[in-house]
Amino acid sequence: MRKVGLLVAGAAALGMALGQANVIKIATQSPLSGPQAALGEQIKLGAELAVEEAKARFKALGFDLVLVPYDDQANPDVGVANANRIINDPDILGVVGHLNSGVAIPSSEVYARVGLVMVSPANTNPRVTDRRLPNVNRICGRDDVQGPVGAEYAFNNLKVRNVFVIHDKTAYGQGLAEEFKKRFEALGGKAVAFVGTEEQSNFVPIINQIRGARPVPQLIYFGGIYSQIGPFVKQLRERGVRIRLMGGDGLDSSEFVRLAGKDNAAGTFYTTVAGPVSAFPKAKAVAQKFKQKYGKDMEGFGIYAYDSANVILTALENAIKAAGGKKPTREQVAQEVRKVKMEGLTGAIEFDDKGDNKKAKYFVMQVASTGNWADNKLIRVIEMAAPGAK
Amino acid sequence: MLEQILTLLPQVIFDGFVLGFVYAMVALGYTMVYGVLELINFAHSEIFMIGAVVGVEVFRYLAPSVGNGFLLLLLALVLGGVIAGLTAILVERFAYRPLRKRGTTNRLVPLITAIGVSFILQDLVRLIEGLWHNEFFLRMRTVEGLESSFSLFGGSVFIQTKSLILIGVSILMLVGLTYLVNRTKLGVAIRAVAQDLQTASLMGIDPDRIISRTFLIGGSLGGVAGVLFALQYTTVSPYVGFLPGIKAFTAAVLGGIGNIPGAMLGGLVLGQLENFFGTYLPILTNGNFGTEYKDVVAFLILILILLFRPQGLLGQIVREKV
Repeated sequence: MRKVGLLVAGAAALGMALGQANVIKIATQSPLSGPQAALGEQIKLGAELAVEEAKARFKALGFDLVLVPYDDQANPDVGVANANRIINDPDILGVVGHLNSGVAIPSSEVYARVGLVMVSPANTNPRVTDRRLPNVNRICGRDDVQGPVGAEYAFNNLKVRNVFVIHDKTAYGQGLAEEFKKRFEALGGKAVAFVGTEEQSNFVPIINQIRGARPVPQLIYFGGIYSQIGPFVKQLRERGVRIRLMGGDGLDSSEFVRLAGKDNAAGTFYTTVAGPVSAFPKAKAVAQKFKQKYGKDMEGFGIYAYDSANVILTALENAIKAAGGKKPTREQVAQEVRKVKMEGLTGAIEFDDKGDNKKAKYFVMQVASTGNWADNKLIRVIEMAAPGAK
Repeated sequence: MLEQILTLLPQVIFDGFVLGFVYAMVALGYTMVYGVLELINFAHSEIFMIGAVVGVEVFRYLAPSVGNGFLLLLLALVLGGVIAGLTAILVERFAYRPLRKRGTTNRLVPLITAIGVSFILQDLVRLIEGLWHNEFFLRMRTVEGLESSFSLFGGSVFIQTKSLILIGVSILMLVGLTYLVNRTKLGVAIRAVAQDLQTASLMGIDPDRIISRTFLIGGSLGGVAGVLFALQYTTVSPYVGFLPGIKAFTAAVLGGIGNIPGAMLGGLVLGQLENFFGTYLPILTNGNFGTEYKDVVAFLILILILLFRPQGLLGQIVREKV
């Protein structure tokens, strides 16, 4: 009996020690190791920069601000395990993340159990916000707009009528490819094929299908991530297939050029929800600071993560004021996030009742022939409201 | 539909051979170790991966100084084979031999050890490459000469020089191995150990040495296959060995495990099946089943074959242990 009592006392002491009154933590979750680390690191560093800048402001309010990065390895199981650790740390009042929709969807359900707010810089699958969870928000666009934006550009501007659609069988890649196909066919085009593949190295069977497809496709659309599309494009071009290629924001990494080869990658079209630094005049100064601090160029997701963190920080400040200078609860922060109206680096940020940004931007880009990712050509910017939940 | 299938067929068969020879070379490593120790060395897929990684690194560092692509490839093959072979020896020395010396009779113990070693090797390579280049996906450098290509039959078959090299090298290695096992002293010793370890040791054969060499030979074959795989499919990661390894193991079983010509045949059959269904499934099923089901269908057919021929295709010439 005494043992049990001791245990309870110990646990209570531990709980108090863990929940320090004057520390507020912001967590990030994104892949920091593994094939998609190049994109995930941008999310971590972008949020870190915003937190560093806000430290002094929070000190004046009486709080120490800390960023705690978590590595979800682009894996839903790891993401959920981390999410459980995150909700057990009472100092964490907001999460910036994730990169992959397939990881964000189950993890956000864990955050929802305690009302912990998540602001995503990168998750584009419609289901992320269509579940109407009060704690889930994103400032980037959605695949049911991103896919159609690509389809309209292909049909109206590239005058493509026959397209070969490939996807990577994930919530992200398949969802994007389906939305692309739907709009492309609604416009009057034809999807010659719709194939999924988890293959990472040998794309020969698919390339043979493309070579044998009738009518001959004028464009290949690949819903997936650069780590898969890079080697695919290399093998495709080596076999002399010169059909144009288009993808979604999973292509938005300089790693794509390295894996595909400069000449093979050149001319590839991609749509993205996170535009390059050059698309945001206000981001220039922050990007310079980023480069100085981390020795790396700030790419799209870095800018969006910076804004996502700032959304949480603004909401935190408002919540602290509303609570009379005391540490707010997680629910209060989540409610304040939905009320935020701010001008970020990426433009106006204001959430609708699902947690989507009221007007998100979509970009059509083309890979430059120089091999330098920053030289990629911005073809057009489309600003569009998220569709209503289905 | 039929016309579409026929126009692609020569290409599909050629690509199936390329893939099949990769599986065949890897399958030989499984079959040799199984023949001698009755151990399924699952770490062999990581030996293959190490060969692929060595190939990429050799190309990365030596391409600027070695002008000739073929010489460069020769260097990569030798280094990849040697390093992979040495790794295989180390794995045998530190993971399997202690179990054997202890007289562990449970067959599951070495099997689990093999799976563990395979994870260790994966993460070791991941760690080294991460610290060295901060890269996860290693890209094979493109070298002039190896990349040339031509087409036959009015453009219906597209053939790359590197695919021909792959087929040529693997046939050479298979013939060499068959010669070694059947005509040399070492081969006789390997076969003796395979038949009965105890009796062989009574006849003045040092079984540890023979087992070590078996791992060296099987490992080098896996390493060479890895280099050729990297050259052919261009991108390599620390986890690239897993699927080809499983498939090569299946190929060894299909051919009749422990049987060298069987492993070759099994590899070729599996390569053809996989490539055939990978290309034609969507066409045959009118788009209802995509390329992603290629492995499912290939393995279903393998199960069917093994149901009717459980000893494998060439299983009858496996000698029973006396």
